[in-house]
Amino acid sequence: MSATLIFEQLLNGAGYGLMLFLIAAGLTLVFGIMDVMNLAHGSLFMLGAYVAALVHVHTGSFALAVASAIGTMAVLALLLETTVVRRLYGRDHLVQVLATFGLILIADDAVKMLCGPAPLLAPTPAAFATSVELLPGLPYPAYRLLILATGIAVALGLYALVNHSRMGMLVRAGASDRWMAVLMGVRVHRVFSGVFVLGAALAGLAGALMGPVMAVQAGMGEAILIPAQVIVVIGGIGSVRGAFVASLLVGLVDIIGRAFLPPVLRTMLPPAVAADLGPLFSEVAMYALMAAVLTFRPTGLFSPKAA
Amino acid sequence: MNTLTSPAPGGAALAAVPAAPPARAWWLPLVLLLVLAALPTLAQAAGLEFYIGLVRRILLFALAAASLNFLIGDGGMIALGHAGFIGTGAYTVVALTDFGVQSAWPIWAAAMAVSALAAVAIGAISLRTRGVYFIMITLAFAQMLYYVCMTQRQWGGEDGYTLPMRPQLGFGLDAQNEAVMYQVVLALVAVAWGLLDRLRGSRFGVAVMGIRDNDVRMQALGYPVYRLRLVAFAIAGALAGLSGALLATCNSFVSPSMMHWTESAMLIVMVILGGLGQRWGGPVGALVWLGLAETLRQFTEHWQMPLGVLLVAVALYAPAGLATFRLPRRGGAA
Repeated sequence: MSATLIFEQLLNGAGYGLMLFLIAAGLTLVFGIMDVMNLAHGSLFMLGAYVAALVHVHTGSFALAVASAIGTMAVLALLLETTVVRRLYGRDHLVQVLATFGLILIADDAVKMLCGPAPLLAPTPAAFATSVELLPGLPYPAYRLLILATGIAVALGLYALVNHSRMGMLVRAGASDRWMAVLMGVRVHRVFSGVFVLGAALAGLAGALMGPVMAVQAGMGEAILIPAQVIVVIGGIGSVRGAFVASLLVGLVDIIGRAFLPPVLRTMLPPAVAADLGPLFSEVAMYALMAAVLTFRPTGLFSPKAA
Repeated sequence: MNTLTSPAPGGAALAAVPAAPPARAWWLPLVLLLVLAALPTLAQAAGLEFYIGLVRRILLFALAAASLNFLIGDGGMIALGHAGFIGTGAYTVVALTDFGVQSAWPIWAAAMAVSALAAVAIGAISLRTRGVYFIMITLAFAQMLYYVCMTQRQWGGEDGYTLPMRPQLGFGLDAQNEAVMYQVVLALVAVAWGLLDRLRGSRFGVAVMGIRDNDVRMQALGYPVYRLRLVAFAIAGALAGLSGALLATCNSFVSPSMMHWTESAMLIVMVILGGLGQRWGGPVGALVWLGLAETLRQFTEHWQMPLGVLLVAVALYAPAGLATFRLPRRGGAA
């Protein structure tokens, strides 16, 4: 395997990881500050993908599609927060599981009603349908570069927001000790509303960007939610930095199983077995990574609560 | 513990234990058992054979939900991976029939044993964590089992696997006969539920509830907290495995989707609907959830939406599930 190929695969892994980071970032803040277990976060990702695909097909503008996905999810999140999620603060995790699982059922059926059960076609925007020669002999799809660039930009933006702004200070205060923050006069509920909307917007952005590279269909949110939750837990609940590191780790592990392991396995095992073991490794390794992290650091790598 | 074959609670010997079920409705399980046993005959007479399969399915999910209710309601362990054990039991049936075992009983026993072992292994790691981390790590292990089964190409991978034939029951029972299979399932579920019910009132069960309420105090009192939790986890896993094995046998079909995380979430939903830690929580939850799903499915293709609305409404307004609406009763159990 040549160096350029390895580099290309590492880019693929980073792209996947950064997309998961967009989803995990919102999730970890919602989890960390208000201790709300939101299973419906993946549904926002799915709805974002649907909105973007529909707008893109009808108007032909990808920028408009992404903007409308982000905007719609932010508005929807505001509605959800005021009607349902706000009543789940401080409640038992079980009740939160119940309510947000209900939201998943509603969202999945809603898109099936409106768009039919068949997957929706989300076209790759024409401007990014080409490939860019990153290194000599390494053409890389421009669209995947766009995903990478967006992921990095959002990570930097969140870093600035969380670590160097007043809002971010309140968010960190809420995540490390909610009651102390409340007692110090922080209106944690209002901070949380903002965070919930921001998280939803990021999930919408991720959905809009991932639409062209995966099947836009009911249930896509449930599939992506679990890797995102795993990232949240590995990184430490409430830590954006942890989520970033963990998402790159998960992206790396995923690409090892998909691209690097099969050729190695093929030299040792019959081809049929080797073809199965690679993907199995990449799916299982993520969970094994989480189990290992939790065994040695029961609150994740960068938990804000671990003093 | 004494003989535990009847689903009816003995009651008297356990009356001093606070958590023991009140002996008031001792006749209820018996009546229920008789009605359920008479169901296939009635259904066949009315030409409604379809309902035999449906009730059988509800019974099996009632067992799985009851075992999860023991974990969550009594043990305070919110496991979001219970469907993993259902799948483990189901795939054990496939593995053993493939291996050439033809009798159902050893297969089912082995399914329970394998699921219990899986639960011990998973519990040994998971029980070191608390709260959300416990929820997530049990989920992670169930997802691992899901993907392991997904890549078993000899058993159909993602598409699932159809058993060539049902394992034999022996004792002159015809496994191909749906009504016979129903009665076998009913008997096993009744025995298992009865055992679980007795277990809840036993010293062990009460200790598990004590750990739920205050694990530090139980530790100080000298109870082996970690080991008791692990045993409870293994028992719940074994019962879910039995339910999975029976499901696989009845449907003659298994697929990885049986153990997808949404199935685990659905089991939690059943438990909450039926009532956390309530004696009848598991069965009632399974009946309500699967009954509603089946009823709605007959009217509309979009049966999930109303169920979703129901869940949100229950979470917001009736967090104790249907038990919220139960009339207050005179006196306590103690």
